Amino acid sequence: MKLYANNSPHISGKEKTHDIMLDVIIALAPLGIAGTIFFGFRALLVIAVCVASAVIGEYLFNKAIKKETTIKDLSAVVTGLLLAYNLPSAIPLWIAALGSLIAVVIVKGMFGGLGQNFANPAITARIILMVSFPTLMSSFTPVFSNTTVVSSATPIKEIGLTYGSFGGEYSMLRLFLGDYAGCIGETSALLILLGGIYLVLRKVISPIIPLSFIGTTFLFTFILSGNFKLSVAAVLCGGVMLGAVFMATDYVTSPTSNLGKLIFGVGAGIITVLIRSFGNLPEGVSYSILLMNLFTPLIEKIPSRKPFFEEA
Amino acid sequence: MEKKEILSPKAKIPGGITLSHKKNTAESETVRISPVKTVILPLVQHIGAPCEPLKKVGDRVYIGTKIADSDKPVCAPIFSSVSGTVKKIDMVTTANGNKCKAIFIENDFSDEKDPDLKPFIVKNKDDLVKAARECGLVGLGGAGFPTHIKLNISKEKPADTLIINAAECEPYITTDYRECMENPKDVLEGIYFVKEMLGIKNCIIAVEDNKPKAIKLFYDIASNVRDVNNEIKLLKLKSRYPQGAEKVLIYTALKRKVTTNKLPLDVGVIVMNVTSVAVLHRFIKTGMPLVEKRVTVDGNAVKKPQNVMCPIGTPIIDILNFAQCEDYDKVLFGGPMMGGAIEDVNAPLIKQNNAILAFKGSLAKPNEETPCIRCAKCEGVCPMRLRPREIAFAVEHNEGADVLKSLNASTCMECGCCTYICPASRKLTQRIHTAKQIIRKAGNK
Repeated sequence: MKLYANNSPHISGKEKTHDIMLDVIIALAPLGIAGTIFFGFRALLVIAVCVASAVIGEYLFNKAIKKETTIKDLSAVVTGLLLAYNLPSAIPLWIAALGSLIAVVIVKGMFGGLGQNFANPAITARIILMVSFPTLMSSFTPVFSNTTVVSSATPIKEIGLTYGSFGGEYSMLRLFLGDYAGCIGETSALLILLGGIYLVLRKVISPIIPLSFIGTTFLFTFILSGNFKLSVAAVLCGGVMLGAVFMATDYVTSPTSNLGKLIFGVGAGIITVLIRSFGNLPEGVSYSILLMNLFTPLIEKIPSRKPFFEEA
Repeated sequence: MEKKEILSPKAKIPGGITLSHKKNTAESETVRISPVKTVILPLVQHIGAPCEPLKKVGDRVYIGTKIADSDKPVCAPIFSSVSGTVKKIDMVTTANGNKCKAIFIENDFSDEKDPDLKPFIVKNKDDLVKAARECGLVGLGGAGFPTHIKLNISKEKPADTLIINAAECEPYITTDYRECMENPKDVLEGIYFVKEMLGIKNCIIAVEDNKPKAIKLFYDIASNVRDVNNEIKLLKLKSRYPQGAEKVLIYTALKRKVTTNKLPLDVGVIVMNVTSVAVLHRFIKTGMPLVEKRVTVDGNAVKKPQNVMCPIGTPIIDILNFAQCEDYDKVLFGGPMMGGAIEDVNAPLIKQNNAILAFKGSLAKPNEETPCIRCAKCEGVCPMRLRPREIAFAVEHNEGADVLKSLNASTCMECGCCTYICPASRKLTQRIHTAKQIIRKAGNK
């Protein structure tokens, strides 16, 4: 009789990678539903296309490089969802699918798959789509309308262009609930916060990056503008909430130590506000996260802790 | 009679994990195994120098006859656990995979005790140290460090606290608990001997709070008249793994830190396993050295989980058969967190074994590794606050001894928390074990 003779320990915790991903999917799900209510069936279609092409793309890529399939870890589903939530609902479906393929094949797969990618796949794919299709990527459908492509003004544009005079059209409550034009999953601060609280309670993420990212964005906007209302709007609209809670907390591309997380969050907040205020792009969240992704290996070099029984 | 106050931990255990206790055998009275035909006594059953045989093939031995010893300081002698004849002296593979010489003794089933055994008179520290040596006692919690070395303290470096480790934080294992339940007087008498002979002022009996009955028992007995100055206290620990690890225990009990390469005595503490003190007392009382050991036999492949008293040297297969376990895919000696998997069940039971666990089906199968997602849960649970992920990465990428040293890999006690928690089932503990070997090798050059 041949016995298993692996090293200890011989029992393991129940939570595996796909359980963590499933928790993220659960936290993300309400945003998809809200997006569908706000922007119509078309939004659901974009989500479906993104998720399907991410999963199929990963499956085929694994096949092509003769690696065991990794789709059951559910990370491709998360990537697909996050990309979809970062797209306007009127985006041509082939562009949505292309974005997913860029994310899972180029950004993730080609760098060695899950755990090896240096940048967040969904963020990077979104940036590539923005650079490639700037007009389509910023044509937003107004909420509760059945029209297809109608370029609608978004509050984020106001933040970028008219510093100090924000106000008029959008009440804070609307910005908090999310019924305004924007990407499919980024508008409802309320649901994003609920998702974030769920993930913190489930110990999937630490609250340090979201809090420092959002807090820095608020503070820095307030320092530059002196306008409290505008500073609140600066964190409620655009991609800050979605980015801070779901994208900047990606394990693979963010620091592991608490200090590192703080540096990451503060850095992302500062870069976001700098781009919004002084760059000629309306939004800076994607770039700020990408840049901090690239800084992560450096941040990880900061010695974070001593062995417990070494400290005096 | 005054009721004893129960101490609470002075500090929280750093990191660690909550395990399901699986103490299925807690209430099962210890059963003696049916006599076996041959016992195999390896000459290394402790940390230190191997023993040399004192008997030749054909020699008659009794239960308690010394059959092997060494003049090297760090060593514990070995005694025959049955009466019979030395059949052969041959190489054997022990349960942990080491190869060493062993004495095979054929049982004549007469159960004769060595006629020279007599109670051991202990009047001072030197007597106690000698008793621990002549008992063949080693740390029965699993470490196997010769007890007489630990007890041989000097005036210059005294101990102020004796901690009796009854935490038993590994799942399944209940041998120490059964010792507390079945022989509480031996435990307490043993404590008095150690405490009085070594001049240690305080004693703390540390039990996890998932053993309320054992806590109660000590509570009653420790209120006994001999403890006039109320120096023996009970510490109720939170059930959390690895609460029973020596450094962790000293920290939670006293908030004292034993740093790398230091011993508990450097912070004025001696830690003894609860069964060890009881065995020491029985030896002093009867002269019978350590020749038998209670082991918990459990696991999903065992039909009759129970605590079995076995002569040391009993082949593990006989213990499994006794507990009606025939169909198994994995057999462990020790607990599921730190115990080793046995490749050959003909290997004998040795002194510091405290459990034989047999599993089949999915519980036996090792998990498949998937890629690290850098969640850093391993860092969160590490009681030593190491960075298991980084150490494992450095081992996988052959980064060499210097890098591993800078990551403090040698500090790891291989408690297994990191591998347990890892959602990707990475073999972190195993790689850190490798890291320690690499560092040791580099140091020897």
